[in-house]
Amino acid sequence: MKNIHKTMDFDSVVNSTVEVLRRAHTELPEDVVKAIKNAYEREENEIARKNLETILKNVEAAKKLGVPMCQDTGIPVFFVEIGRELKLEFDLYEAIREGVRRATSEIPLRPNAVHPITRENSGDNTGMHVPQVNLEIVEGDELRIVVMPKGAGSENVSTLKMMLPTEVGRIKDFVVDTVLKAGGKPCPPIFVGLGIGGTFDGAAKLAKKALLRDVLEMNEFELELLEAVNELGIGPMGLGGKTTALAVLVEMGHCHTASLPVAINIQCWANRKAEVVLR
Amino acid sequence: MEYEIKTPLSVDEVLKLKVGDSVYVTGEIFTARDEAHARALEWLEEGKELPFSFDKAVVYHCGPLVKKNNEWVVISAGPTTSARMNPFTPKILERVSCMAIIGKGGMSEDVVKAARGKAVYLAFTGGAGALAAQSIKRVKGIVWEDLGMPEAVWLLEVEKFGPCIVAIDAHGNSLYKQ
Repeated sequence: MKNIHKTMDFDSVVNSTVEVLRRAHTELPEDVVKAIKNAYEREENEIARKNLETILKNVEAAKKLGVPMCQDTGIPVFFVEIGRELKLEFDLYEAIREGVRRATSEIPLRPNAVHPITRENSGDNTGMHVPQVNLEIVEGDELRIVVMPKGAGSENVSTLKMMLPTEVGRIKDFVVDTVLKAGGKPCPPIFVGLGIGGTFDGAAKLAKKALLRDVLEMNEFELELLEAVNELGIGPMGLGGKTTALAVLVEMGHCHTASLPVAINIQCWANRKAEVVLR
Repeated sequence: MEYEIKTPLSVDEVLKLKVGDSVYVTGEIFTARDEAHARALEWLEEGKELPFSFDKAVVYHCGPLVKKNNEWVVISAGPTTSARMNPFTPKILERVSCMAIIGKGGMSEDVVKAARGKAVYLAFTGGAGALAAQSIKRVKGIVWEDLGMPEAVWLLEVEKFGPCIVAIDAHGNSLYKQ
């Protein structure tokens, strides 16, 4: 899901932002579709199979019609990598904001950004600290823009706990408990992004970044957590079945000797993400 | 069993539905989520008449993505998380003869109790917005537009909207308990 462009100025970043948002909303990444198809093959519960079938039909319809697969087009979260050899002579943040505004009217996207207290809708998916843009300096001369539109159903059941350093053995229980409490609310089958370590905010960032990984590649620890979660039997849409989660993805960071921050970022089946590279 | 239900609903139609049944909805439905529920209850408690009626209605927990060309067109419109409406729904059910809700993720024990004898909860696959929009034929109106696109009440004409699964029936059964 990567396109490469060879110009880099304000307008090309605006256009690329519209393009990644369009792709993220209309085409689910291949690894995510494969994970859903695998689950459909495995499921025996009739209602679970029907829900997975509806999901797959919906993904096809969105791609064919070029419309957002889900009406909750989320809050746009960007991960931008800037090659350290680059010199940007324009306002990168403003270019991305402008891209979000244009995408909102062109694709279109549902305006979701509201003032947290007055609840007034800005109408164009921008506002205070929205879109969220995470910057990272990397080697090279490329600008890489990755977007993950994040819906509220799954974000609302995400959680963070400052665990005790002696509670490493209880991380699994915390994950299982969180998924159990979430039940059918986050549109299962879900993806579980787990951030272990770092700081209060760092753990949350790790959890979100974990969701960008290839969902078909899990290590032994992640598979163990996935199995534990799927034993809950919540199933697709909370209506029962083997498939509560499609993947558990873990990112770790060193933390203070007295801390063990653990963040769980839940993602719905529509683990939307797309990227574009400018050079 | 598989059924097609039409609006306005009747008590008999609601009572025949059992958890696990498949249902397609045809007729006029309206969307309502947090803000619309809060305002509707406020108005009802003040004795003010609503511009739409919950009685015999199909209420869709949904904040649609719509676009205005010459008229409003629904682009994507899957269900939103119904649990957020848990505090409001029993108070609304008290005031109706029968009703159906389309949503996702299930609702509380209080809602299951309040639904006895009069209401069903139909689960539509969350996130299936593009597919759902295919069975929405027309936007018949918009109420409380000041709440913004997701929170406003959209009056929609639907044809064979589904498949929905009866997840809470009017006999005290819920698939979410099991």
